[in-house]
Amino acid sequence: MNHDLSKLPEIFGRHPQSAESLIMVLQDIQKEFRYLPCEALVATAKQLDVSLSKVFSVATFYNAFSLNPKGKNVVRICVGTACHIRGAKLIQDQIENALKLKAGQTSEDGEFSIEVVACVGACAMAPVVIVNEKYHGGVNVSGAKRLVKVDKRAN
Amino acid sequence: MTRLQKEYTQKQAAYPHKVIVCCGTGCLANGARKIVDAFEKILSERKVKDFSVEAVKETGCHGFCEQGPLVVIEPEGIFYTRVKAKDVPAIVEKSIEGREIIDSLLYADPTNGHKIEHYPDVKFFSHQKRIALRNLGKIAANSIYEYIAVDGYQALAKVLLQMTPDQVIDQISKSELRGRGGGGFPAGKKWRTCRDVKSDVHYVICNGDEGDPGAFMDRSIMEGDPHAVLEGMMIAAFAVGARQGYIYVREEYPLAVIHLQKAISDCREVGLLGANILGTDFTFDVRIARGAGAFVCGESSALMKSVAGEVGEPRAKYVRSVVKGLYDQPTVLNNVETYANVPLIIRHGADWFRKIGSPKNTGTKVFSLVGKVRNTGLIEVEMGTTLREIIFDIGGGIIDGRPFKAVQTGGPSGGCLPSSKLDLPVDFDSLTAVGSMMGSGGMIVMDDKTCMVDVARYFLHFLVAESCGKCTPCREGLYQLHALTEKVCNGEGTEADLEKMEQLSKMVVVGSLCGLGKSGPNPLMSTIQYFRDEYLAHIRDKRCPAGVCRALIKYEVIEDKCTGCVACITACAYNAITGEKKKPHFIHQDKCEKCGACVAVCKHDAILVS
Ligand SMILES: Cc1cc2nc3c(=O)[nH]c(=O)nc-3n(C[C@H](O)[C@H](O)[C@H](O)COP(=O)(O)O)c2cc1C
Ligand code: SF4
Ligand code: SF4
Ligand code: SF4
Ligand code: FES
Ligand code: FES
Repeated sequence: MNHDLSKLPEIFGRHPQSAESLIMVLQDIQKEFRYLPCEALVATAKQLDVSLSKVFSVATFYNAFSLNPKGKNVVRICVGTACHIRGAKLIQDQIENALKLKAGQTSEDGEFSIEVVACVGACAMAPVVIVNEKYHGGVNVSGAKRLVKVDKRAN
Repeated sequence: MTRLQKEYTQKQAAYPHKVIVCCGTGCLANGARKIVDAFEKILSERKVKDFSVEAVKETGCHGFCEQGPLVVIEPEGIFYTRVKAKDVPAIVEKSIEGREIIDSLLYADPTNGHKIEHYPDVKFFSHQKRIALRNLGKIAANSIYEYIAVDGYQALAKVLLQMTPDQVIDQISKSELRGRGGGGFPAGKKWRTCRDVKSDVHYVICNGDEGDPGAFMDRSIMEGDPHAVLEGMMIAAFAVGARQGYIYVREEYPLAVIHLQKAISDCREVGLLGANILGTDFTFDVRIARGAGAFVCGESSALMKSVAGEVGEPRAKYVRSVVKGLYDQPTVLNNVETYANVPLIIRHGADWFRKIGSPKNTGTKVFSLVGKVRNTGLIEVEMGTTLREIIFDIGGGIIDGRPFKAVQTGGPSGGCLPSSKLDLPVDFDSLTAVGSMMGSGGMIVMDDKTCMVDVARYFLHFLVAESCGKCTPCREGLYQLHALTEKVCNGEGTEADLEKMEQLSKMVVVGSLCGLGKSGPNPLMSTIQYFRDEYLAHIRDKRCPAGVCRALIKYEVIEDKCTGCVACITACAYNAITGEKKKPHFIHQDKCEKCGACVAVCKHDAILVS
C-alpha cells in the first residue's frame, strides 16, 4: 500500500525527540493512517533513535495499535462490566449481524470496522457504543441497528 | 492569587443568575454541546435581564449521567434532567426571566414518582459527602479562575509559604489518607519513603489509567476538576522534592487529556507551574503521558515503563518503585482521587479529615455505582457507609423492582458479594475481609437475571486478554480457569472441575508476579464461595437459573400473552421466528441462536426463557 508519508515530519515535530515519545508518536500516526504502516514504524525508529524491534514490540503490545488498516467508520462496542451486565453481548450480536462482520474485522470495502473495548468510562449509560468517536448510551436492539444504518447512509 | 480570586468573583457577581450545563462525557454524548450553543444563541440575540453569556458554565460530571444532559439554574438550584436544545428557550423564558419551574424537565424519584425541584433534594445527592468530587458540576471545568474562585491553590500557597516538606508529610500521614487506586497504601508513608531516598531527581506520577472496567471516577475528576489533581501533585512534589511530574491517562479518555492539557498551560501562564512558583524557589512541571490500551499499565512498575515509552510489563518488586521507579529514580505514584483529596487535607487540616469516615479508613470514597441499579452514576460517601445505603438509598434500588442478587466491587481484583453482606460497611479492610476488594471503586449491581458463573467467566476472559504473559501461573493459570468456567457455562462442567478451579486459583494467587495475577482469581473464588448453588445448578441440573448461559436455555413464545405484534420477527437476526400478524408467534429452536433480541423487544413479556 502507498502512503503519504509527508505527514510524518509534522507528527514528529509535535513531540520531544526521545524514546519517551514513542507511544505518543505511534498514537498520532495511528490517528493519521488509521493503523501503523510499516514504513512509518521504520521512520519512527530512526527519528527517535530507538531500535526497530522495540518499536515493533511496543506497537504489538498495546491494544490501541493496529498493524492492519482499520475501516473508515469504526464502531466500538463497550463490553466492560457495566455494559456486559446490561446486555452488551446482545448489542454486539446485532451490530455484527447488521454489518456482516465480526468484532476485530474490517469490511472488504474498508468502510467499517468493529472493535470491542473494555470500558470507555461512560458506564452509567451502559450499554455504550461509540461510532467514530461519538458516544451512544443506553443502546437497545433497534438502536444498535439504527446506529450502523445511519452511518451507512451518511457515506 | 487573592487578587485573581477577588477580580473574578466580582465579575461573576455582576450576574446573579447562572446556568450550569454539565459537559462531562456522559452529558456531551446526550447533546449537552447543543444546549450550551442554544443558551449562547439566545443570550446573544436578545437581552435577558441579569444574565450574560459569561454566566453559562460548562462543568464537569455531576455523576448523574444517566439522567443527562443536566442543567441547573442558580442561585435557586432548579434541577433539570434530560434537557434538549429545544427546551432552552422555555428555560430562559420561564425559569430565568420568570420564576417558574418547568414540571416536565424535573427529575422524578424512581421509588415514588415524586418530582423534585431542587438539586440538594435529590436523594442521589443528599446522601453523599463530597470531597474529591467537591467541584464537579459546580465550576467550569476549563477555567483556572473558576478553580481559584473556590479557594483553589490556597493549599499550595499555604504549603509553599508556610510549611516545610516535613510538615506537609506529617499532615498527610496524620490524616491517614490511604491511596484510592485500590491497594489502600498510606499516602504519607509513601511520600516519606520517597523523600528519604537520597537522589538528585525525584518524580511524582498521577495514575490516571483507570483500567477497571465499570469504573469512571478518575475520568470525571480529570475532566471536571483537573486543577484539583494538579494541585495535589504540586503539593506532593514539594513534599518529596520532585521537579517533574507525569500524569498517565488512558487512551480511552481523550477529553481528560484535553482538559488536563489546558489546565497545565493555564498554570504555566499564571506562574503555578515552571520555575519559582508563587515567588518561592519551588520549581515543578507536569507532562501528560498517554496510555495505549493495556490494563496492566495501571500497575505501578508497568506504568513507569510505559511512561518511558516502553512495553508495559511489570517487574519483580525486590526494590519498590518509591525507591527505584521512573528511570530508576525514587518516584511517588498516586491515584487521581488520592491527589484530589490532598488540597482539602492541607486546607482544613488532618484532624478535620480524620473525623470523616471510620478509624483506619478515613475520608470518603468515590464509587461508580452502575449495573442494574435505578440511579446509576458517580457517588462519594464516607468510608464505612453500608452497601445497603449505597445501593438502596442513593441508588434507589434495583431496576424494575427486581430482586438484588449481588454487587461486584473492585473490578477484576475484587469479588461479588451476596445480599447477606448488604449491611457491610464499605471500606478497604471490610471488603478485603469478605473476599472482595475496594479496587478503584467500581460497584456493579446485579439482579436475578445476572448469572454469576458468566460474571466469573467474563472477568477471567478480560484478564486472559490483559495478562502481559511474563509469568506462567498468570498466563496459563488464568487461561485454564477461563476454560473451566466456559465448560460450566456450556453445561459440560463437573464437580471435579469446581474443585480444580479452587485449587488452581490458589496456585495462581501465590505464583504470580504482579497484582493482576495475584488478584485475578478473586471474582471466581468469591462467586464460588457465595454462589456455589448456581455453579451446581449448571453442573448437576444443566440449568442456568438466571437465564444467561446460551447452551442451557431455550426461548419460547407464551401463546396466551403473545399479541402477534411482530416486533420479535424484525429483531431476530437469525430468522428463527415465524408468525402472522395478530396471531401467536413461534420460535424455531433449530434456528434460534439464543441471542435474546426477541425478549428485549417484546413489550408483552410473551417470551419465556427457560
Ligand atoms: C493490574 C493492576 C492494575 C492497576 N490499575 C490501576 C489503575 O488503573 N489506576 C490506579 O490508580 N491504580 C491502579 N493499580 C494500582 C497501582 O499499581 C498503584 O498501587 C496505585 O496507583 C497507587 O496509588 P494510590 O496509593 O494512590 O492508590 C493497578 C494495580 C494492578 C496490579
Ligand atoms: S502476574 Fe500476569 S500481568 Fe503480572 S507480570 Fe505476571 S504475567 Fe504479567
Ligand atoms: S414481540 Fe412478543 S408479543 Fe410481539 S409477536 Fe413477538 S412474542 Fe408476540
Ligand atoms: S433468541 Fe435471538 S435468535 Fe432466538 S428467536 Fe430470539 S431473537 Fe431469534
Ligand atoms: S463498562 Fe461500558 S462504559 Fe464502562
Ligand atoms: S456527564 Fe453529566 S452528569 Fe455525568
